Amino acid sequence: MRFDLPNGSHVQALRDVSLTLNTGELLSVLGPSGCGKTTLLNIVAGFLAPTEGQITLNGTRVTGPAAERGMVFQQGALFEWMSVRDNVSFGPRMAGQREAQWKGAVDHLLDVVGLRDFKEKAVYELSGGMQQRVALARCLANDPDVILMDEPLGALDALTREKMQGLVLKLWKETGKTIILITHSVEEALLLGERLLVMAPRPGRIHREYRLPFAEMGAGQDLRLVKKHPDFAARREEILSMIWDMEEEIMGRNVEAGA
Amino acid sequence: MIPLMLIYLAIFGGSFVLIRLALRRLRARHDFTSLKTVTFGDESAVRPDRLASVISVLTIFLIWGAFTGSAWAPIHVPGPFVGETRFTYIVEAADGARDEATVFATVSPAGETGTAPEVAPGDGFARDDAVTVGAWRSVLVTWDDNDAATRADGAKVVAIEGQPVQPGDTVETAAGRVTVTARGTLNYAPPKGLQMEPIWLPPPEAVVARVAEIAASGYQNFTLWEHLGWSLYRVIAGFLLGALVGIPLGYAMGLSGWFRGWFDPIVEFMRPVPPLALIPLVIIWAGIGEAGKIILLFLAALWIMTIAARAGVSGVAISKVHAAYSLGASKWQILRHVIVPNSLPEIFTGARVAMGVCWGTVVAAELVAAEKGAGMMIMVASRFQLTDVVIMGIILIGIIGYGIDILMRIAEKWLVPWKGRV
Repeated sequence: MRFDLPNGSHVQALRDVSLTLNTGELLSVLGPSGCGKTTLLNIVAGFLAPTEGQITLNGTRVTGPAAERGMVFQQGALFEWMSVRDNVSFGPRMAGQREAQWKGAVDHLLDVVGLRDFKEKAVYELSGGMQQRVALARCLANDPDVILMDEPLGALDALTREKMQGLVLKLWKETGKTIILITHSVEEALLLGERLLVMAPRPGRIHREYRLPFAEMGAGQDLRLVKKHPDFAARREEILSMIWDMEEEIMGRNVEAGA
Repeated sequence: MIPLMLIYLAIFGGSFVLIRLALRRLRARHDFTSLKTVTFGDESAVRPDRLASVISVLTIFLIWGAFTGSAWAPIHVPGPFVGETRFTYIVEAADGARDEATVFATVSPAGETGTAPEVAPGDGFARDDAVTVGAWRSVLVTWDDNDAATRADGAKVVAIEGQPVQPGDTVETAAGRVTVTARGTLNYAPPKGLQMEPIWLPPPEAVVARVAEIAASGYQNFTLWEHLGWSLYRVIAGFLLGALVGIPLGYAMGLSGWFRGWFDPIVEFMRPVPPLALIPLVIIWAGIGEAGKIILLFLAALWIMTIAARAGVSGVAISKVHAAYSLGASKWQILRHVIVPNSLPEIFTGARVAMGVCWGTVVAAELVAAEKGAGMMIMVASRFQLTDVVIMGIILIGIIGYGIDILMRIAEKWLVPWKGRV
């Protein structure tokens, strides 16, 4: 992934990012700001065309956005002119399904994400956490093969966030979807990442990959217990210092460049 | 002018003191806003005092009534003098002899002609005169008509009410202002008072009576409702045509680089051209009939609606479009279900502006040339100095413009309930 800038120079946003994701895997991507996490996700989603390499899903090459790759955004990106139910049923309705076809699934999803009593509400009447639940349900209602999450819990407060992490794990276990989750929280990446990708900046590249047991442990269990696991603290320290070093390096380079 | 402003400020301050301080107890509120201690600088804590609005409107009518001698106003500023009065003058004959005479003046109310009183000629060679004059008017007193010594004989007025004068001098007497003209006659103007002549500013009841009269019998071949209805029809027709073309054009400019490139210079050039500047061209091209008016209003609304729709498209958060694409929506579905609803708040804002501009433009266009319409009504009335019709027209134009804006706001609240809450 490389693009020109208006001043004639160019940016190498990503280089040599190759990985294979199996069905049902939950991959979290972590890295310092500016390491190309969001660019990578946009390429996978089909919003950006890579300059080199390709994305393949189920044997076909990705050339643009499609219903097979659902997306959950940081701010929900809900349609506030529709009720909660209309938001969640947007995908099926656009695919031309009748209400009888989608009604059962949509109602079930709204129950699962805990919005049983809010189905007819306008989305602007909901709190941030509830809006994010709607966004999750809307994505799941479309039954995508892969769910892409771009810092989906980043805008929530700490308490709501913890609850939502449990919900994501639960949905992942229940539906068996493949999930790619971008985050800037080390704890979240550890908790939710069955596989964890740490990326390094300039150019964006895979720095290190982990396979972690915590997501499996956390599914159906109290997440606070998982956090008390001795390995959890050790991993967190390890990754934190890794990212810390990268940030230091960036800043150091900036100082040198400035001097 | 300055006393008027002082009176206005006094009413403003006086009613503030009276209402806000004296009636504070009675009007105490106990809602959340009333608990805010910081109100100076917190715009959300500033609530319009509706009692102040009522007093404000009443004050305007009071001042209007007081300065026009309205029957509705409880107080009046001094009106013009009406009744009988007199002043004296001294004539000096060619031989130096002096004699005093009196001018008896009858000042009749405005619009009426009085009859001059019969006066005894008095003694001496200068005889007493009688004149009649309407309020706010003046009259030329040829004092020598009945005198033994005339101006042709060399007699001249040397003093008025005891004050010596020469031709060109003006004397303020208790009876009014007397000027000695260059030819030696006297120009007499009774005191005007502070009230306005009806021809400048009619009293409110005259305007109301005129509304009733024109509503019943019409004006210039059309009833009042036809005049207003035609103006409204032109506005609505022009606005709808402008919206019908402008909104799709704005969408196209927001969605396609070619459209934006093609129409940008046209739109950006036409936008700052005031529609009023197009009136002459439109009259040359389309005449003064309905077609010309509607073309003008179409042009007034077109650019505003185009820019509003374009802004509406650019205001769509890209994540919403991305979300819709990754939910499998087609381009057409995204336009229909995401871009159009998301641009509605902008389009409503544009529509409110456009309706306001159209209403102003239609009145201006009718002022220039029209057979019917609110603007034509006041233009024709002003030619005949029918100030009450002019004021009636201005008030009705204001009420309709305000009503249009209120209707648009209600429609907006109903159609775009999420505005400002996202």
